[in-house]
Amino acid sequence: MIAEAGLAALWLAAGLAALQFVLMVLSLRIQFDGARSMRSIAVVQGLLTLVAFAMLLIVFARSDMSVALVFENSSAVKPFIYKVAGAWGNHEGSMLMWVTILAIAGAFVALLAHRTSERTLVAALGAQAVLALGFYAFLLFASNPFARLWPAPPDGQGLNPLLQDPGLAFHPPTLYLGYVGLSVAFSLAVGALLTGEVDSRLARAMRPWVLGAWILLTLGITAGSYWAYYELGWGGYWFWDPVENASLMPWLAATALLHSINVLAARGALKAWTMMLAVIAFSMSMVGTFLVRSGILTSVHAFAIDPERGTFLLALLAIYVGAAFILFAVRGATLKEGAPFELVSRESGLVVNNLILSIVLGVVFVGTLYPLFVEAVSGEKLSVGAPYFNAVAGPLALILAALVGVGPLLAWRRERRPVFGQLTIPALLGTSALVITIVLWPGMHILPRLGFTVAAYLVAASILPLVNRNPFRAPLATWGMVVAHFGIAIALLGMAANAAFTSERLAIAKPGDTLTVGPWLVLLNDVTPTAGKNWTAVEAELRATRGANVVTLKPQTRYFSDPPAETNESAIRTFWNGQLYTVVGKPDASGAWQLRLWWKPFVTLIWAGGVLIALGGALALLGRLWRLFWRRRADADWHRERYA
Amino acid sequence: MSRTIRFAPLALLLLIIVALIWRLATPSDTNVHSTLEGKAVPAFALSAILPNKPPLSSADLANGQPHLVNVFASWCVPCITEVKVLQTLKDSGVSVEGIAIRDRPADLTQFLASNGDPYDRIGSDPQSQVQISLGSSGVPESFIVDGKGVIRYQHIGPIERSDIGLILSKLEQAR
Repeated sequence: MIAEAGLAALWLAAGLAALQFVLMVLSLRIQFDGARSMRSIAVVQGLLTLVAFAMLLIVFARSDMSVALVFENSSAVKPFIYKVAGAWGNHEGSMLMWVTILAIAGAFVALLAHRTSERTLVAALGAQAVLALGFYAFLLFASNPFARLWPAPPDGQGLNPLLQDPGLAFHPPTLYLGYVGLSVAFSLAVGALLTGEVDSRLARAMRPWVLGAWILLTLGITAGSYWAYYELGWGGYWFWDPVENASLMPWLAATALLHSINVLAARGALKAWTMMLAVIAFSMSMVGTFLVRSGILTSVHAFAIDPERGTFLLALLAIYVGAAFILFAVRGATLKEGAPFELVSRESGLVVNNLILSIVLGVVFVGTLYPLFVEAVSGEKLSVGAPYFNAVAGPLALILAALVGVGPLLAWRRERRPVFGQLTIPALLGTSALVITIVLWPGMHILPRLGFTVAAYLVAASILPLVNRNPFRAPLATWGMVVAHFGIAIALLGMAANAAFTSERLAIAKPGDTLTVGPWLVLLNDVTPTAGKNWTAVEAELRATRGANVVTLKPQTRYFSDPPAETNESAIRTFWNGQLYTVVGKPDASGAWQLRLWWKPFVTLIWAGGVLIALGGALALLGRLWRLFWRRRADADWHRERYA
Repeated sequence: MSRTIRFAPLALLLLIIVALIWRLATPSDTNVHSTLEGKAVPAFALSAILPNKPPLSSADLANGQPHLVNVFASWCVPCITEVKVLQTLKDSGVSVEGIAIRDRPADLTQFLASNGDPYDRIGSDPQSQVQISLGSSGVPESFIVDGKGVIRYQHIGPIERSDIGLILSKLEQAR
């Protein structure tokens, strides 16, 4: 019964979404006021999907093997947390989670959006309903999560052991929340293009959604990068893998949107461009989902592959993005550009920011899809790897980081003061970093050298917006910006240090041998077999010494039998000034072992920077919501006094 | 904003959609094709590893007959099942040659005694030098070499029972 209730809730929600769309058309075409009913429908629709999702959680928690999805993806003996997480650790369940989040976001738009005009809200809710309808159809016709099995089998087939990781229980929800936030920006943009009301009110309504989505995407990318670093055992933090790029592209678009939306909110300028970015940001998240789900690009996420579902997703992508682009092409001309600005102004700073981010986005996009085009045209197979991305995106990112220090100092509309005077100390810091690296490490590669220079300059330049004023009276949004920009400097420092100073040692060692890596002396003490629940392993015991510091690390090579797989469990020890990273490989015929040792100075700054960037976003979001709350309270008070 | 620019994103989208549809319709060929296919076997002369087995050199392969050259080792687990399939091929008249990678005579004798010995010749490649020059990255792998000593096919991984038809047809083509 539970599964049927879930399915019924899903059908009802789909029906309501259709009704919501019809009401939008009626409201915009004829003189019909559908706004109130659309708001209620959006809320009920959100609740219904929540019911459907709760039903799925219940059948998974109870291990109801008569539901095909549970049988295929769970087993009665799994730990409870993975039973529940198993509900979205598969295609159908994750799509249900996606529509649930989408519908709940729609409900919040209906409840909270008082900033846009009624007409734009109606159009946006209609657009949101169309988005949801496509995914309801996908679920109900192509991937029903509640399909039954008769007779019910006694036990399930279990979950891919690689997915039994606490991180993977939270990874999809975080990502989906981010994508859905961008879908709201998309719907609002489409709604505003339909009504022609692209103005600063719209930007203020859109901003919290973009900010929220951007925070989650930032955290998702940072966490994904750390996962790849410790789990894959290759010692790198970014591999330019197609799936990594698929997560980076929506982030780049969202970052650009986040900045241009401020121009629209504050000055009413950059209308068409901001709408375009809102469409592109969501398109990129759909492209990402498509690339991962269809498996057309080979990558580490190959477990999610299904070509038929890929076709369905591609059709949805073509319809939604195509429709939005057509709308943009037709309506874009009617948008009047807002307040003018001069060459040296906050606005032009943000335009430059947007241009560079868009170029980087283009570079990543082309690099990711280029092999596909080449093969389609000439039949030749090739792959685009880190050398291309680093060589092209690296310098652009450095230029952008350098400008991050300048932009926030510029005034809106027209900058009269000599801004560069304020940058004396940051410039001095940057120059000294450059001189120091040239004197001490003349052989250093140009990119890390410039990385140190820009990072040293930006550490100081990023906090300038809080200098010369009482920092405690600055708005939270300003604090957020400063923290996020400071985070960029920190992450850049980590990347430069990692690129310039990593020591790597790849050696064959017998127990009793000592190796040096960076400042460390590493003794291979012993190699012993060990075993876990569904794996066996060889475990090396390494004793690392640096001065008085002695630590023991135990890297493993694990062999899983069902399905057969081999993983390297690296052992990592973090110190204030870096990480010691060790991997044990296979033995050779003489009883010696392959060891890979890295000393990575200040590598943790990369992820610390990522977290700071997200934290900055969170501060800004908090500030915006806080203001919204007080302004509404003040309005209410004013009303009460006036009409009491 | 000019009309052309406003329609540019749409055109770009269409282009990308077409490419993606093409990819979905023609899934990529995941088989690895050796770049050495169609080229002569690099010259080598391996010494014998067992006293009762003649050694293998590239000259032995260019004798007018097609050969199946199997890169294997006694320490390789999939090779145990593969060697039985090779025996079936041998029984149907295929000439099978072996290159033993990083092997020891005692281990190899033991391996052949317990699993069967389909090999006409076995060369010893203690440092994987010939294996690398052949473009082979692991064991087991097999090469079909025609009578002129030209590589016609590279098979990565063990030859399974289900591959027998494929191997025989490749050998027929190499004749």
